[in-house]
Amino acid sequence: MAEFEFETEGVKKTFTFMNRKAPYGTIYALEVLETVLISAAFEQHANIVFVDDGVYQLKAGHDTADINMKNFSPTYGIIEMEKEDADEDEDIDMVWRIIVEKESLDARGMTEDDFKVDVEVLTAAEIADLVDASDCVISG
Amino acid sequence: MKFGILINEGPFTHQASDTAYHFTKAALEKGHDVPRVFFYYDGVNNANKFSAPQADDRNVVKMWGDLAKEKNVDLVVCVAAGMRRGITEDSLAEGFRISGLGQLVEAGMGCDRLMMFGD
Repeated sequence: MAEFEFETEGVKKTFTFMNRKAPYGTIYALEVLETVLISAAFEQHANIVFVDDGVYQLKAGHDTADINMKNFSPTYGIIEMEKEDADEDEDIDMVWRIIVEKESLDARGMTEDDFKVDVEVLTAAEIADLVDASDCVISG
Repeated sequence: MKFGILINEGPFTHQASDTAYHFTKAALEKGHDVPRVFFYYDGVNNANKFSAPQADDRNVVKMWGDLAKEKNVDLVVCVAAGMRRGITEDSLAEGFRISGLGQLVEAGMGCDRLMMFGD
């Protein structure tokens, strides 16, 4: 077992978190969210992107009582708070964006009014450019 | 080049871990660095020491452990994802260690490329 120490002092990268899955049914949504929150501790830039059935993750009004799953959707509120802190506090050098894909919304008859947090709506092509410009892409 | 590796699926059900292993081995043989492999989601099951595949099949858990020992690769299993799935110090295979998600973010920050293997 070789514990490696990375030199991360002063490193500032852009992480894109690509959320592709419905909030329940698989664990991906929940576990991506945990990574997003940890990345805040390192003050890294983050694009938190929701595509395909991933757009349902942000939908307001999750009720999981009948499927006996933990309703983790309040955590998206924490992400929004982190983003607002980063936007407003000049001492925090971190840009966070919460983005949903337009094509995924259209295909599901959804609009940005369906969401519990404020989002940017971008096209698939615009999101592709964003991924291209990112240092790290983590998807779930 | 310095590669960080992220493995998102468990052994056998998916090929992700095998592909990541072959990538890591090939990169090291070509003279690149792979300082850390991070196991997340069901990927933590790659560190289950009780995995006992049939004798005529590959042993994915042991493959990783041997590679770590031989090439000094830091194999890190996410503590929270591991606990959910019963991967703790008691079930951890040789060559792996358990730590937090910060170790994944650090790998992303400290490597030239973060390669993700999964669905």
